[in-house]
Amino acid sequence: MSDGDVLAVADHRRGDLRDVSFQLLTAGRELADDLGGDLHVAVISGDVDSFADQLAREGVDTIHTVSEGEEFNHDVYVQAVEALFDELAPTALLAPNSVNGLDYVPAVATRLDVPLTTDAVDLTYDESLEVTREMYGSKVETTVEVTATPFAVSIRGGEWPAAEPGGDAEIESFPFDVDESEIGSRVTGFEEVGGGDVDIGDAEFLVSIGRGIEEEENLDLIRDLVDATDATLSSSRPIVDNGWLPKNRQVGQSGKQVTPDVYLAIGISGAVQHVAGMKGSDTIVAINTDPNAPIFDIADYGVVGDLFDVVPALIDEFGG
Amino acid sequence: MKILVTVKEVAEAADDFEIEGDDIAERYLEYDLNEWDDYAVEAAVQLQEAGEDVETVSVTIGPERSEETIRMALAKGIDRAVRVWDDDIAGADLDVAARARLLAAVAEEEEPDLILTGVQANDTGFGATGVALAEELGYEWAAVVNHLDMEAGDPAAAVRRELEGGVEELTEVDLPAVLTIQTGINEPRYASLRGIRRAQSKEIAPKALSDLGVDESVIDSPIRRTAMYEPETESDATYFEGDPEDQASELADLLREKGVAQ
Ligand SMILES: Cc1cc2nc3c(=O)[nH]c(=O)nc-3n(C[C@H](O)[C@H](O)[C@H](O)COP(=O)(O)OP(=O)(O)OC[C@H]3O[C@@H](n4cnc5c(N)ncnc54)[C@H](O)[C@@H]3O)c2cc1C
Repeated sequence: MSDGDVLAVADHRRGDLRDVSFQLLTAGRELADDLGGDLHVAVISGDVDSFADQLAREGVDTIHTVSEGEEFNHDVYVQAVEALFDELAPTALLAPNSVNGLDYVPAVATRLDVPLTTDAVDLTYDESLEVTREMYGSKVETTVEVTATPFAVSIRGGEWPAAEPGGDAEIESFPFDVDESEIGSRVTGFEEVGGGDVDIGDAEFLVSIGRGIEEEENLDLIRDLVDATDATLSSSRPIVDNGWLPKNRQVGQSGKQVTPDVYLAIGISGAVQHVAGMKGSDTIVAINTDPNAPIFDIADYGVVGDLFDVVPALIDEFGG
Repeated sequence: MKILVTVKEVAEAADDFEIEGDDIAERYLEYDLNEWDDYAVEAAVQLQEAGEDVETVSVTIGPERSEETIRMALAKGIDRAVRVWDDDIAGADLDVAARARLLAAVAEEEEPDLILTGVQANDTGFGATGVALAEELGYEWAAVVNHLDMEAGDPAAAVRRELEGGVEELTEVDLPAVLTIQTGINEPRYASLRGIRRAQSKEIAPKALSDLGVDESVIDSPIRRTAMYEPETESDATYFEGDPEDQASELADLLREKGVAQ
């Protein structure tokens, strides 16, 4: 059986390791310490030698490079991780809960027949694995116990600090031949979306609107506030999904990352994918009817109230 | 061509709620069709309308109450539905693997060319069932799809996967395949009155474990939720109190003080 080792699989895209990969090293080291094992890191596809040099940080024991293909392909990842898993027999498989993580981790866990817990914000192991994760749109946290080994866990970005440079990781090339007959998907290109006339990333003051606005017509109210305060208009995802605002106004994981002086979130609950795009703002203000809305956890100033009362009053303040 | 759409009835918590045991007390929960599945249903119905001889079937794992949610999918144009449930399932804590196996058992009976699921369910937020289902079935897949280009009979689907930071990946996926559908891929329709009426006579076939020929052990899981709590707020937010005018006035002062509005 497995001996407490952790296998952590790094994430990269178009030539760059993603930030979460360095956080993964910290999560992996902590878990390996709990388990009394080593931290193995795998990096698959792309310029693996350069990636391995960057991943050789504090706490990493061995880095396995799998030189196969350029960009992420889930079929290659599934095969490579399966081969690494067979070879190393780790107790834990760890990966980022990124969009590419969503695309291969459940398949690997299924193929290896190991239990999977996703989007962990904390992990401890003491006779069994305890995973902390959120539910109900971040309104509650839960503890999930996993009583079998080996197991797979994906971790949320931004929850662990990046590992420090240094350490004395060994870098090994992992011999691996892909089975081409099992490749059933092909990446044909990438496209940047959400360009256009405004760049909400440049704004000093963002008035950002969420699903609390209810109807497209009601956006006029927010536009009046934007005019009265000379702000820039942005939004959460549902407003863009509904086609009420163009994609270049969307703040969040799949939209823009913004860092204005003031971010005024109106009728936005504060889902993790939204917060990922605005938590670096200098001052965050939230207007929401729900006192338990997660947005208040990261807000500096809060107004618990109905936007249809507060926003008109605010427009009056600025002589709108 | 046959399309299978997985749908889930999800619970939403009221603004104020209490936790009892390891879940929010039932009286604070409201049930609805999962937001992501609404887009998956729409994608299936659009493919059906664009093609000839396309059958659409929805499958859910859920108690009798969830038939209300399934009817919504039927009212929007899905042809028929399968609902998997029995006492053993009711008593189990289904993990990703168990859900994938149950759905796979239905898919093996239906043999669809395409399976559409939501990216995630917004109550539990695991975001894993669709891709696990694909692997369970030996189908291809693509996760977080926000654009789908295919016609009935095509050997592959051209999709876009929505990555982080406004980048989309263009991918070709061989069929049969599972696609996990992202919000915004289309505009989900409202059910018409006629659709709602027609849905009343559409079939919702109940399936127990024994009907699917799967063993009870399939739903055993080593993953168990042991606690739920309200997160300790790290917030040190200053709240503006009073009536809306007072709140607005304090907020306006703040905005002036920060120099972002005059
Ligand atoms: C892969 C992936 C990527 C994603 N990327 C993004 C992204 O880039 N950006 C993004 O925003 N989301 C993203 N999401 C979606 C995210 O999970 C949430 O669904 C979304 O952020 C919710 O938007 P919201 O807060 O506007 O709506 P809701 O969560 O519905 O919140 C509406 C809020 O309005 C409040 N409200 C209602 N009425 C009023 C009123 N009259 N006055 C005041 N307040 C009121 C409610 O209390 C509630 O808190 C992504 C999801 C996935 C799975």
